[in-house]
Amino acid sequence: MQPFTTHTGLVAPLDRVNVDTDQIIPKQFLKTIKRTGLREGLFYDWRKRKDGSPDPDFFLNQPRYQRATILLTRDNFGCGSSREHAPWALLDQGFRCVIAPSYADIFYNNCFQNGILPVVLKTDEVQALFKGVSKEGYTLTVNLDAQTVTTPDGATYRFDIDPFRKDCLYKGLDAIGLSLQHDSAIAAYEKRRSSEAPWLFTDLAAR
Amino acid sequence: MAAKTLFEKIWDAHVVRTEPDGTTLLYVDRQLVHEVTSPQAFEGLKLAGRKPRRPGATLAVPDHNVPTTDRKLGIADPVSAKQIRTLEENCRDCGITVFGMNDVRQGIVHVIGPEQGFTLPGMTIVCGDSHTSTHGAFGALAFGIGTSEVEHVLATQCLLQTKPKTMEIRVDGTLSERCSAKDVILAIIGKIGTAGGTGYVIEYTGSVIHALTMEGRMTLCNMSIEAGARAGMVAPDDKTASYIKGRPMAPTGDLWEQAVKAWRALPTDSGATYDKTVELRAEQVAPQVTWGTSPGMVTGVDGMVPDPKAMPDDRARKATERALEYMGLAPNMPITQIAIDKVFIGSCTNSRIEDLRLAASFAKGRKVAKSVHAMVVPGSGLVKKQAEQEGLDKIFQAAGFEWREAGCSMCLAMNADVLQPGERCASTSNRNFEGRQGAGGRTHLVSPIMAVAAAVEGHFVDIRNWK
Repeated sequence: MQPFTTHTGLVAPLDRVNVDTDQIIPKQFLKTIKRTGLREGLFYDWRKRKDGSPDPDFFLNQPRYQRATILLTRDNFGCGSSREHAPWALLDQGFRCVIAPSYADIFYNNCFQNGILPVVLKTDEVQALFKGVSKEGYTLTVNLDAQTVTTPDGATYRFDIDPFRKDCLYKGLDAIGLSLQHDSAIAAYEKRRSSEAPWLFTDLAAR
Repeated sequence: MAAKTLFEKIWDAHVVRTEPDGTTLLYVDRQLVHEVTSPQAFEGLKLAGRKPRRPGATLAVPDHNVPTTDRKLGIADPVSAKQIRTLEENCRDCGITVFGMNDVRQGIVHVIGPEQGFTLPGMTIVCGDSHTSTHGAFGALAFGIGTSEVEHVLATQCLLQTKPKTMEIRVDGTLSERCSAKDVILAIIGKIGTAGGTGYVIEYTGSVIHALTMEGRMTLCNMSIEAGARAGMVAPDDKTASYIKGRPMAPTGDLWEQAVKAWRALPTDSGATYDKTVELRAEQVAPQVTWGTSPGMVTGVDGMVPDPKAMPDDRARKATERALEYMGLAPNMPITQIAIDKVFIGSCTNSRIEDLRLAASFAKGRKVAKSVHAMVVPGSGLVKKQAEQEGLDKIFQAAGFEWREAGCSMCLAMNADVLQPGERCASTSNRNFEGRQGAGGRTHLVSPIMAVAAAVEGHFVDIRNWK
């Protein structure tokens, strides 16, 4: 996983609440058995008008946002399905960071598994950034170590993040590798638990 | 010992170790796997040279892509076929039990877990699917995860988790006749909103919840995720144990006795506290119908489509305007005047035998309106078989419903069962997002008997006083 330290990038606005993962990437793109190449599915239905032509009003169709790496959006982003294809598609499009007042839990977790930083800012701070982004070429600097978002005019907003998640993302650690370091603790748990609750350990292959 | 909630008891029993900031390595008792969210997890394992730690703690089934028409013809879409083949190959390579497409035990992953006795009280259960919350009906801690976490559980049988907060949702009183668990959960989502449960695990309590059957509790817990909560649970009781007893993967003999004894200690202790409590009176729950593009956009069937102009909050007004435009609905239109084109009875929310029995009892002797196309998709091959033994298939077919093979089907339209742009569907599923049942399709979420009545009349009707 790519580490996330400090990132300065162009911001793209998606001014909608409750954006669900069905919108981020519709079902027809979930038939893949790969993690890559999903950008063509990103916001697929919203990119098009009813007649199938590209909707010039949708941000991803506008030249000024083509190289955006920070997605600015509203409350409850990523609700609905657990599909990790949503952060995969965002990453494939080039997004390394999302900024919103709140996220759905599973999407929030999934971002950390893919080197994407989901920043939570207060509603009025997000509103201020939406105001800023109306200016073409608007960039933000996101510093994970300092837990700050800094605007071009120097305003700085602080965000919270769990220390453990922060450390893993900052160093780009392999979460499975980390857990496997505790193999003996897992084995000890299994030994104790299987004597307390043996019905939980009658595995299917043993039938 | 301090009084604990059901959730806290299960959480505490599964902690392997805790990081200084509280991040917990949590042991996972069972994992369910389907074809859509697993291929990249198996690929990741292979690339890293890792093997599943406990292949026997995992059960796999293809459900999202499977056709609901004659399976002997195979799968027309080669990409869907490849995804299902990949699941079967991965499971074979890893020694994981998989119910193939032509196995009578195949079905929707959240139907077959409980049906097989794979789902038990007190367990931690995960699946790369947000509706894993369904299994909480048994007093298990069950939640959906992403594909990277599927791989994590395969490799370690554990997950790194932050401890969620607890929310009690208490429903007391008496439900009106013909109102069901589906109406209760939709009313709850309408009350607390689609992010109301974010960061929480919900425990449903109160007389109405205790009175629900196990299948009703599954419907309830299933849609916890639509309220933003990753997991919903109901304390196990005698009903829970009777439901499980004798199922193929359930414990037997001494193990059964030990398990039942342990399950009796699971319910929340008196004196235990929740971080938040929400109360709902059952008398306030009318049969529910969603009118918008989010499950929280819901009202009673005796209500009206809301008027965005009456909304003081700017963002709520904009979201409502957008939803009404997508749904093709006018403000202040009575719900009962909404005419429908399709009816879908199925999904992990409402496709179990009790749902089908009840739906059939209302379809019996009636006819689907000429303007409506209606289909029934059982939750599993075994549900289908049971329904056929009881003659339910004949009742549905005589009324003009199509009777299909088991799978996720039109809940998310990954197979051939898709709404056409502009088509309006009364659906017993769980999500009414834009395009969920097909690009441009319009979904109204309802209970199974509300769906039957809508199929017969061609528009929504108040089931409480239907004929």
